[in-house]
Amino acid sequence: MPETEEKKTKPQSFLSGVLQEAVSGSVLVPLLAILTAMILGGVVIAMAGGNPFAAYLGLAEGAFGSAKAWSETAVWATPYIFAGLAVALAFKGGLFNIGAEGQLALGAVVSAWIGYALPDILGISLPPVIHVLLAVGIGMLTGAFWAAIPGWLKAYTGGHEVINTIMMNYIALNMTSFLLNGPMKDPSPTNVIARTPLIAESARMPVLFEGYRVHWGFVLALVIAFLTWWLLQKTTLGFEIRTVGANPDAAKYAGINVKRIIILTMALSGMLAGMAGTVEVTALNYRHELGFSVGYGFDAIAIALLGKTHPLGVVLASILFAAMRNGATRMQFLTQIPVDVISVIQALILLFVAADAIVRYIYRIRAPEEHLTLTRGWGG
Amino acid sequence: MDWRRFSFIALIIATLFGIVVSIGHEQTSPAIIITSMLATTIAVATPLTLGALSGVYCERAGVVNIGIEGMMLSGAFFGWLAAIYMNSVFNFSTMPSLLIGVLAAMLAGGAFGWLHALLSVTFKVDQIIGGTVINMLAIGITGFLNRQLFFEKGSIFGGQVPHAPGVLPRIQLPILADIPVVGRVFDQQPIAITAILLVFLTHYILFFTRWGLRTRAVGEHPRAADTVGINVRKVRYANVIIGGLMAGLGGAYFTLESVPSFEPLMTNGRGFIALAAMIFGNWTPIGSWAAALIFGAAQAMQINLQFFREMIPAQWAFLQQSYIVGLAPYILTMIILTGIIGKNVPPAADGLPYEK
Repeated sequence: MPETEEKKTKPQSFLSGVLQEAVSGSVLVPLLAILTAMILGGVVIAMAGGNPFAAYLGLAEGAFGSAKAWSETAVWATPYIFAGLAVALAFKGGLFNIGAEGQLALGAVVSAWIGYALPDILGISLPPVIHVLLAVGIGMLTGAFWAAIPGWLKAYTGGHEVINTIMMNYIALNMTSFLLNGPMKDPSPTNVIARTPLIAESARMPVLFEGYRVHWGFVLALVIAFLTWWLLQKTTLGFEIRTVGANPDAAKYAGINVKRIIILTMALSGMLAGMAGTVEVTALNYRHELGFSVGYGFDAIAIALLGKTHPLGVVLASILFAAMRNGATRMQFLTQIPVDVISVIQALILLFVAADAIVRYIYRIRAPEEHLTLTRGWGG
Repeated sequence: MDWRRFSFIALIIATLFGIVVSIGHEQTSPAIIITSMLATTIAVATPLTLGALSGVYCERAGVVNIGIEGMMLSGAFFGWLAAIYMNSVFNFSTMPSLLIGVLAAMLAGGAFGWLHALLSVTFKVDQIIGGTVINMLAIGITGFLNRQLFFEKGSIFGGQVPHAPGVLPRIQLPILADIPVVGRVFDQQPIAITAILLVFLTHYILFFTRWGLRTRAVGEHPRAADTVGINVRKVRYANVIIGGLMAGLGGAYFTLESVPSFEPLMTNGRGFIALAAMIFGNWTPIGSWAAALIFGAAQAMQINLQFFREMIPAQWAFLQQSYIVGLAPYILTMIILTGIIGKNVPPAADGLPYEK
């Protein structure tokens, strides 16, 4: 099918691609998936003895009801955007990175270490900008390295990245538990929590507005989203990644070094996931604490799929997920529905986005002409 | 299963046992250490064995199942919930409550199996994504219900977890359990014993019955199977649901056999390790069980080393860190997946939806 191949690899502009897809139902279907999940979530809330309308109103109020709420939603959205982009980029290259969670945690641990220990080791106080860049940069590279391992295993041994990235999640989790309970534990006498000491002032990213927690990391996330789109659609490397993702055999015959691209795709994906962790440390918590990141990596999968692996879609899906997480506390306060209901709704969103055939069936939308290939069986 | 895999498995298990024996032999006799480790190995391998069997049923029929983890988690939760309900709301005595719990666990797993079949067979969703949906849904639902039922004020159980009915009692197999020293190995709980029986039953079903032949045909070449009149859709549905029942039973191990309590995310990746065991077992029941035993042995080493903590020599000090010893199963999984111990060959149509 030369026609569809051409369509797939043709560069799209940042916005017109989205508008074009809106017509074919690519935007409509995710929206209806969200709607359907919210309706089912409402049933769950009603069964739990709550008023769904009051709950959703509380959710919206908590997410967007005030300047502070907006700021907090942006704070939540920041790691989601990075991690969502990580998963989306891997999908573009035909790889399923379930390991964002581990890449993120290790990125956070390393950047925290750079943040609190490096000045003492070097015996000098680092200039603020340099220190932040070091903390973020080395944290990113850690994530990239951690993801490149399953990439290498995939390219050279065929070990499937799905299981390997999951295994590396557990390895990363054990390693962080070990470090945060042992060598890197905050030594202050009152501390009983598995966490690092606070990072130096010079390693902290500033907030955007005085009095609000929203920080420059959010702006960075938006810039990185644009750069990811640019990389994928406007550069040779992006073309190669997409070609390997669409058809590795064709890519090989076209002279692309498929093994190299697989490793590079995973490394780039891990780098984005690492950024999610490092930004949380340098711009928000100023330390790494065990368990703060649990779930970002998995939410990122839903976000990437909801955003149809398009960077702009990922940003919008991240803001939606962030709003739900942020608003949930207010919802629980007003209606006594536990925040955990959000996990159910988000899983339902993923269900309806993944099984778009269900949504198309319910709302009578005709099927798309081309199908988005995300992963292959154990053989590929 | 070829000799290379079996000797690798034997070698790894022997090494893991050897480490513990060499550290603990001055305090406890090697025979006792080995039998106690063997008993622990078989017990902790139970959920992995059942998870791997779940994978065998699904993937032999051509459906990739990475949702085993979620099916297990839901089995663990709903089995526990049913046992508690029976025990404290309907005042059933311990044994019937636990048995109904086991049944409920299997049904919960089976329900998710049905959902997986619906997604991957009927709606032809990418099966790895479908499995991820199962996992996320299971985490969400069990986490929500756990909080809603037990930890909220005004909830059914009044904001506190009711007393759980306990765990399934040990069954001492006649004759075998009476053998001195070694008898300890045969002193197991019912799900552990059932798991081993199911391994051999599955082997028989898969390779010596019409049902098994049809299942394998559908997994290898659905079009050919369809041509000779096998209903591909039905065979896939049935096997994925059976796989769900197996994973659900594996989940029951956590809350009805191992400890009498539930914690969110308590399956802790066992479903994925089970999947790796199935791959290393080359999609065969007996091979998967052997591979599951490796992971069981790694965990048994971790548990047994705690008893001999003080006796670990200085140069092996890292063995004192359970975080470090705990890495063994995950690293082993990754080594196995490289295929250096033997190429892993999945069923030919594994992961591919069948377009009639």
